[in-house]
Amino acid sequence: MSFINYLSREINCKIVYYGPGLCGKTTNLQYIYNRTNPDAKGKMISLATETERTLFFDFLPLEIGEIRGFKTRFHLYTVPGQVFYDASRKLILKGVDGVVFVADSQMLRAEANIESMDNLRTNLAEQGYNLDTLPYVIQYNKRDMPNISPVAELRHLLNTGDVPDFNAVATTGEGVFETLKSVAKLVLTELKRGAAR
Amino acid sequence: MASPQMVMYEEEFAQVQAVTDRLVQDANARVVFVVDKNGQLISASGDTGDLDTTSLASLAAGNIAATGGIAQLLREQEFATQYHEGVRQNVHIQVVSGRVILVVIFDNRTSLGLVRLRVKRANEQLTRIFEMVMAKAQDPFQNSPFAEITDDDIDNLFND
Repeated sequence: MSFINYLSREINCKIVYYGPGLCGKTTNLQYIYNRTNPDAKGKMISLATETERTLFFDFLPLEIGEIRGFKTRFHLYTVPGQVFYDASRKLILKGVDGVVFVADSQMLRAEANIESMDNLRTNLAEQGYNLDTLPYVIQYNKRDMPNISPVAELRHLLNTGDVPDFNAVATTGEGVFETLKSVAKLVLTELKRGAAR
Repeated sequence: MASPQMVMYEEEFAQVQAVTDRLVQDANARVVFVVDKNGQLISASGDTGDLDTTSLASLAAGNIAATGGIAQLLREQEFATQYHEGVRQNVHIQVVSGRVILVVIFDNRTSLGLVRLRVKRANEQLTRIFEMVMAKAQDPFQNSPFAEITDDDIDNLFND
């Protein structure tokens, strides 16, 4: 749910990075944080365990520019990927405007990807959202690892709705900003469409 | 869309700000802020100088969301009030109208009793204001700034 403040002339939107455990959601945010001009970002907050696994969420506020005199801000969140944190994942999806599904390209993680995608669909539905109508993109991460599935196979398994998808190596930043720009653009286009209704 | 977009116009913003400004004074608090349940900061009053209000807003909302999850598991409707006691500072968090969160940060210049008392009145005032805000958001005749935005505007935002 976007938030428009006429006094400060700001538009705030929420984007959630979803995906199986250790797929690179936090790494995406860390790369964005490290590569963004200090004026355009706030502090990155990570609520993680002692072993640096996301416990509740990571949060990064980002300003991407002005649109018709309105400052456009995106609040980026990640969810905890581990299966048993499902209750927390549901909470973070509340009020979401756009979703990035980060898939782990390694063959061994194929099942975890599918399970996480099903979980995303279920949890969104519980909040009254439909993944097929929500601004949403897919990122095939870890393309630099050995034993990865071909993109065509990942696409066949995960991208049934033919949404924009990107290859990525989040540790080096490959595909990270392309993914973010794509989902941000979809969110704004959806808000514009909503306003025209 | 699962929940309607929240749009704050100057008039309502000024009303919210007036309530929080007054609460800072009446409760002798350090900072008061109002946050949307999704973590967006709506207004802040008091000594916000060195505070990262954006992060605080997001964490307060996360906190309320987590407590709401616990409430659901216990078949409680909601835990509308929370209090965190620190060594030097304390935080009082109140859910207003099931929709926004009123956060009061205070130290030993005041007491929890006074903060609670003043929050109660602010809660009633904010409830009325946010009911109006949400009624406006559902009014199809209200203009959204997005109605005038073109595809080119959106493209230009992403041109390097």
